[in-house]
Amino acid sequence: MTLLDDTTAASTDERVTRRGDDSAVLRIDEANVAMVETVDIDPNADTPMIVNMGPVHPSTHGVLRLVLEMQGEQVLRSKPVIGYLHTGMEKTGEQLSFMQGPTNVTRMDYASPLFNELVFSLATEELLGIEVPPRAQWIRTLMCELNRISSHMLFQATNGMDVGAVSMMLYGNRLREETLRILEKITGLRMNHNYIRPGGVAADLHDGWQEDIGGLLDLLPPLIDEFDELLTGQPIFQERLQGVGAINSAECLALGVTGPILRGSGYAWDLRRDMPYLKYDELDFDVIVGTYGDCFDRYAVRLAEARESIRIVGQCIDKMPPGDYRLQDKKVTPPPRARIDESMEALIHHFKIFTEGFKVPEGEVYVAVESPRGELGCYMVSDGGAHPYRMHIRAPSFVNLQTMPHMMNEALVADVVAIISSVDPVLGEVDR
Amino acid sequence: MIRDAVVQNTGISSLLPLAVDPLFVGGVGLEEVLIVLVKVAVAFVLLLISVMLIIWFERKLHADMTNRVGPNIAGPFGLFQTLADGLKLTFKEDLIPERGDRFVFRLAPYLTLIPAFLIFTVVPIGGDFDNADGTVTWFGNTTNLQLADPPIGILFVLAMSSMAVYGIMLAGWSSGSKYPLFGSVRATAQMVSYEAALGLSLVAVLIKSGSLSTHDIVAGQADGWNWNLWITGFIPFIVFLIATTAELNRPPFDLVEAEQEIVGGFHTEYSSLRFSLFFLGEYMNVITMSAVMVTLFFGGPDGPIPFFESVGWLWGILWFLVKIVAFCFTFVWFRATLPRFRYDQLMDLGWKLLIPLSLGWLLALAALDVARDKDWNRALVAVICFVVLLTMGALLNAAINAGKRKRLAGEGFD
Repeated sequence: MTLLDDTTAASTDERVTRRGDDSAVLRIDEANVAMVETVDIDPNADTPMIVNMGPVHPSTHGVLRLVLEMQGEQVLRSKPVIGYLHTGMEKTGEQLSFMQGPTNVTRMDYASPLFNELVFSLATEELLGIEVPPRAQWIRTLMCELNRISSHMLFQATNGMDVGAVSMMLYGNRLREETLRILEKITGLRMNHNYIRPGGVAADLHDGWQEDIGGLLDLLPPLIDEFDELLTGQPIFQERLQGVGAINSAECLALGVTGPILRGSGYAWDLRRDMPYLKYDELDFDVIVGTYGDCFDRYAVRLAEARESIRIVGQCIDKMPPGDYRLQDKKVTPPPRARIDESMEALIHHFKIFTEGFKVPEGEVYVAVESPRGELGCYMVSDGGAHPYRMHIRAPSFVNLQTMPHMMNEALVADVVAIISSVDPVLGEVDR
Repeated sequence: MIRDAVVQNTGISSLLPLAVDPLFVGGVGLEEVLIVLVKVAVAFVLLLISVMLIIWFERKLHADMTNRVGPNIAGPFGLFQTLADGLKLTFKEDLIPERGDRFVFRLAPYLTLIPAFLIFTVVPIGGDFDNADGTVTWFGNTTNLQLADPPIGILFVLAMSSMAVYGIMLAGWSSGSKYPLFGSVRATAQMVSYEAALGLSLVAVLIKSGSLSTHDIVAGQADGWNWNLWITGFIPFIVFLIATTAELNRPPFDLVEAEQEIVGGFHTEYSSLRFSLFFLGEYMNVITMSAVMVTLFFGGPDGPIPFFESVGWLWGILWFLVKIVAFCFTFVWFRATLPRFRYDQLMDLGWKLLIPLSLGWLLALAALDVARDKDWNRALVAVICFVVLLTMGALLNAAINAGKRKRLAGEGFD
């Protein structure tokens, strides 16, 4: 049974068989992929097969869909199809006040929510022209690095799982869980914290936080070393990842790729060092770079970055200054709860902030931070009201996704899975 | 051996060419038939129960290796979890894909399940081979502790394990869907190529035992130091273990059903009872192939008999089970530790390493046997074998590298 008339069938068929351009990107449109199924193809002809991978597939990290043109097990061309998790968060951001914004953006990259909150808050603060107190900045640094550890551990879990080492799934998640436990203790939530807000952070660190985080820092390194024992030196693991999905730094730069993929290809670009924000210029850490730009390098870069983050967290504990955890500007941050009972002014401020929000001067700004996936940017335009006129997030996963067709050129099915995993996309951030 | 005596004294071989069990020496009466039926029932039930336990064992052990608890709700220690899962599956809707081949789709699960059971029938699971000939006497009837002892036992095992390929291949093909087709094609290539390594490593055992009958192979290994593991010098066992893991589609060779790549492979479209049949067959295969390995290399039920010597065959069963559990542990261990091979790496390992290795080792073993028979200097022969094997290995390696260079340069082959 064919849904197409003859002429369309022929043209679809032609599109499948002909490799007109040498590009790695499949140019067939998504709607026609379903039609290809119904075209009667001669089974004896050496015709490439169109395979749909996702959006419901165990290792497409959510709802990524790949249309693969395959010759046997080999991928000739591929095309990532996105949009299955589109929830209109950028548009929603225009309806929410600057105060409510972090709640919204934190759901984009759900594996590293604090970075989204951070970049939104930094953009708002830059528009407001305010500077948050040092302690707030140090707390933000500390929390972001903890979040980076948890995100990279999630990568280790999924990457191990995707190449078939199922135990890694649980080893990685155990480390992530230990980190999330600390985040939960500080912010009250495991994910979507809404902790970093314009003007500072939501709450001060709890009593005994040094011991809690210190305990975590003692616990993590030996467990991270387990990955070295079980994966890094593993011959099968090396064979599966080395030389797979290689991309050089010129290609990365041409595609706008950042983060571990760019650093894995040997280009040392890390916003924490190159365009310091928060307190990163006072911290001592290394930027990890790879050599070959293959899946193995990306794995190694992330593993080493987690170790660097542990170093940074240790320094944050030592350098944490006393002071206020947020700006005491009553026009931006709500007054403490106790003040509301005794001060009419405080009550009014509180009411104003939570009903109509604070007004942000007219202007536009772009702020970028280094998220675990690359350059996470926030472009914000304010028309002087309490809501952003336009809020756009430059999502690293979205940009990094572009590399997939090039990495997957001539790869095998098993490599496709390893490559998706090594790009480490978070589809919530891709689709927003 | 007893069979020779049977054959010479009774001429029974012409009557029962395939199964020469001492049970049938005095002719076949009601009692003999009943004993055989009881053995069939016991073997079948034993295998089903052990499948249930092995699945629980795997889940529990894998949970332990990954800091989890594993099944612990259904029954004591979660022992009935498999039963519960099986029951649940029977009540699920049984789907047959619209574009599938309905007949083959229905047939395929049985093609994996039945060979798994049949292999088990030729495995001696007990008996005292140290002090006796491995037979037991019940109610005046002497019999082997195995369902059948055909003179071609090992060939039967090979034939059946090859049959299991059809089940998987046809299941994937008849699903009429792309991912199962991937699994099906992978299964064909993988299992056929590892069958070769499996057979070659097995020949080493056959050379040493001089028989294809499983009973004789086990009898030849009585007393721990005669195990084929030592006699054939480890290599055939290692090759056999790797090839078996690949035959069983166990990790790291589970490409056929690689969940992360092809979403379950051949059984993607299967549901309900048919899926549980695949599951059953797969784990039954794990047990039967472990049993085959124990039989071939680890002396079957051979082991020390500390006391109660009159029921030595019971000790045999105990040792046999201990060895099987050890192998099942190994398989779970593989799964918990190793990443999965890629398709081309799998083929490389099979064709470029395991098959040449087992073939070379086989030739060396044969040369040493000839040297023993002809009273040559065995040390010298061993040295020559070693040198020849090394040379062949180096040549093969050079050939493989040359081929690889040509392929990378895009020249193709002549």
